[in-house]
Amino acid sequence: MMSPSAPGFALEKSGEETILRLRGDWTVATLHNVEREFSAVRLPSGAGIDVSGLGRIDTAGAFLIDRLMREGGETPPRLIGEHASAASLIAQVHAVSDPPEPPKPKPQGLIDLLERVGRGTEAFVRELVATLAFLGETIFTIARLAAQPWKMRWTSIVAVMEEAGLNAMPIVAFLSFFVGMVVAYIGATTLSDFDLEIYTVELIGYSMLREFGVVLTGIVLAGRTNSSFTAQIGTMKMRQEIDAMQTLGLKPMEVLVAPRVLAMVVMTPILAFVATMAGIAGGIVVGWTSLDINPGLFIERLRNSVPLDQFWIGMSKAPVFGLVVALIACRQGLLTGGSVQSLGHRTTTSVVQAIFAIIVLDALFAIFYMELGI
Amino acid sequence: MTAAPIIRVRDLKVAFGSSVVLEHLNLDIPQGEVVGVIGPSGCGKSVLLRAITGLKPPESGSVEVFGEQLETLSREERTAIERRWGIMFQDGALFSNLTVRENVMVPMKEHTQLSRPLMHDLADMKIRLSGLAASAGDKYPSDLSGGMRKRAALARALALDPELLFLDEPTAGLDPITAAAFDTLVRSLQRALGLTVFLVTHDVDTLHATCDRIVVLGEKKVLAVGTIPELREVDHPWIQEYFSGPRGRAAAPMTEEEA
Repeated sequence: MMSPSAPGFALEKSGEETILRLRGDWTVATLHNVEREFSAVRLPSGAGIDVSGLGRIDTAGAFLIDRLMREGGETPPRLIGEHASAASLIAQVHAVSDPPEPPKPKPQGLIDLLERVGRGTEAFVRELVATLAFLGETIFTIARLAAQPWKMRWTSIVAVMEEAGLNAMPIVAFLSFFVGMVVAYIGATTLSDFDLEIYTVELIGYSMLREFGVVLTGIVLAGRTNSSFTAQIGTMKMRQEIDAMQTLGLKPMEVLVAPRVLAMVVMTPILAFVATMAGIAGGIVVGWTSLDINPGLFIERLRNSVPLDQFWIGMSKAPVFGLVVALIACRQGLLTGGSVQSLGHRTTTSVVQAIFAIIVLDALFAIFYMELGI
Repeated sequence: MTAAPIIRVRDLKVAFGSSVVLEHLNLDIPQGEVVGVIGPSGCGKSVLLRAITGLKPPESGSVEVFGEQLETLSREERTAIERRWGIMFQDGALFSNLTVRENVMVPMKEHTQLSRPLMHDLADMKIRLSGLAASAGDKYPSDLSGGMRKRAALARALALDPELLFLDEPTAGLDPITAAAFDTLVRSLQRALGLTVFLVTHDVDTLHATCDRIVVLGEKKVLAVGTIPELREVDHPWIQEYFSGPRGRAAAPMTEEEA
C-alpha cells in the first residue's frame, strides 16, 4: 500500500471567484494535520471547492468538507473538478449529518450544590424506606415458608451455609486472633504504667465478647459474602435468569433471598462465636508470652471478673448483622440493571451499605444496652 | 477484479485441543466484493473469522490480509493492519460501560490524533450512517434493542473507515424487516465506501440481497465458492439442501424481482 500523503489545501482568489483547492489524502488517519486550519476557513458565497487534486478520501474527510459547505448558508460552495469518489461520498455523508448543536451550559454554583444535597438526602431516605420494605417482604416470605416447610430450599440453605459460613471461618478467626493480640499489647503497654497489667484480661474479655468478635465478623461478611451475593444475583438478573425464573413460577424471594437470609442468620452467630474465641486466644498468647499471665490464670480471672452477660450481648447482635448483610446484598443484586457498569455499581453500593449498617446498628445496640444498664 | 486478493488463506489448520475444526483450508477473497460464508452450525465459520483476524492463532498454514502475513509482523505493523479492518461481532460486543457514541469513539481515540469535538461529530455521523437516530449516541448498549445494538456495533466497526469489514452473523436474531433493512444498509455502505465485506451468516435472504460470492464451509474445509446460480449446480447434498430446501426456495424469487 502506498504511504498516505499529507492533506493540504490552498485558497485561490482570481477576480470574483474564490476556489479552495484540496490536495493529498483526506482520511481519518491523516486529517489531524489540517483539522485546525481547515476549521478556520470561511468561504465567500459562490466559492468553489476543487477536488481534482484530491488523493484518497473517506467519510471522515468527506465530513469535514461537507461541514465547510454547510457553513456556506444560502449559496453553499459547489464542488468542481473530477474525482472518483469525492462527490458521492460527500453526498452520502451530507445525508446523515446534522448541523452542529450549540453545547449546553453546565449548571454550577450554590443552587446546583443545594440541589445535589437535596437530591442526595431524598435518595438516602428513599433507600432506607425501600430497604425496610424489602426487610418486610423477606420476613413475610420466610414466615410463609415456615408454614410450609416442604417448600423450603434446604439444599440451597446448606450450600450457602458452607460457602458463606464455613469457608469464611478461617479468615474470621485469623483476623480476630490478631486483633485480640493487638488489643492485648496496647492494653498491656498502657496499663503497665500503673502496674495494672493484670487488667489486660478484663480489657480483652469485655472488648472481645461484647464488641470486636461480632463486629469483626460482620465486617468480614460485609466484604466477603455480601459482595459475592450481590454479584451472583446481579449476574443472574443481567442474564435474564431471574425473569426466566419468574415465568417458570419460581419466586426469586423464595428461591434466592430466603435461603441466603436464613443461612446467614444461622451462620453469623457461629462465626461470631469462633471470632470471639479466637480473639481471646490472641489475648491469651500475648498475656502468656509478654506479661507472664499463664493461660490458666487468664481464664480463671476472665471467668470471675467478666460477667456472662457480656457474651450474650455480643451474641445477640450476630443474627441481626447476618440478616442485614444478606438483605442488603440480595436487594442490591435484584436492583442490578442490564449493564456491567450497573453490576459494579451495585456491588460497591452493597458493600458500603452493609458496612455502614453494621457500624450504625452496633452503635444503636450500645445505646440500647446502656439504657438497660447491662 | 484481477488485483491481488485482500484475504488469502493457504492450507489453514485450526484446532481446539485435539478437536480439529478447520484443515487444509484455502480461500481467496478479492477486493471490493461482499463474500458470504455459510455452512452448517458448528462448521467453523466464526472460527475462520477469528483465525483470519488473528484472534485464534492457527495450528499451521498461512493467513495473509492486505498481502501481509499477520504472525510475522511486528506490533506496530500489526496495529497498522488492524486499523484497516473493522469487525462486528455476533452480539455486538459493545462496551457496556460506554455510551454508543463513546463506543464508536474508542477506535478513533486509540488510532487517530483528531480533536475531541471532531471525533464526537464523526461518531454521530457514523451512528446516523448505520441507520440509528442521532439521539441513540447518548444511550448505553443495555438501553438498546437487539437490532439497534447491531447497528451500533456496525457504527463502531466503521469508525476508522476500514477497507475490509468482517460481519459475524449481522442479521441473526433480527426480525425479517429489520434484517432486510440491515442488508440494504450493508450493501449501500459497501458501494459508497468501496468496502470488501467478509460476512458470516445463516440467513439465505442476506446472501441473496448482499453477496457477490458465497463460500460454503463444511467437512473442515471450503466445499465450494461461487455465485448463487453457480452453487445451485454444485452436486453436494448439504449445498443442494441449503438452496433447494423450503427456506432457500422462498428466498430466491424475491431477489429475482429485485434484479
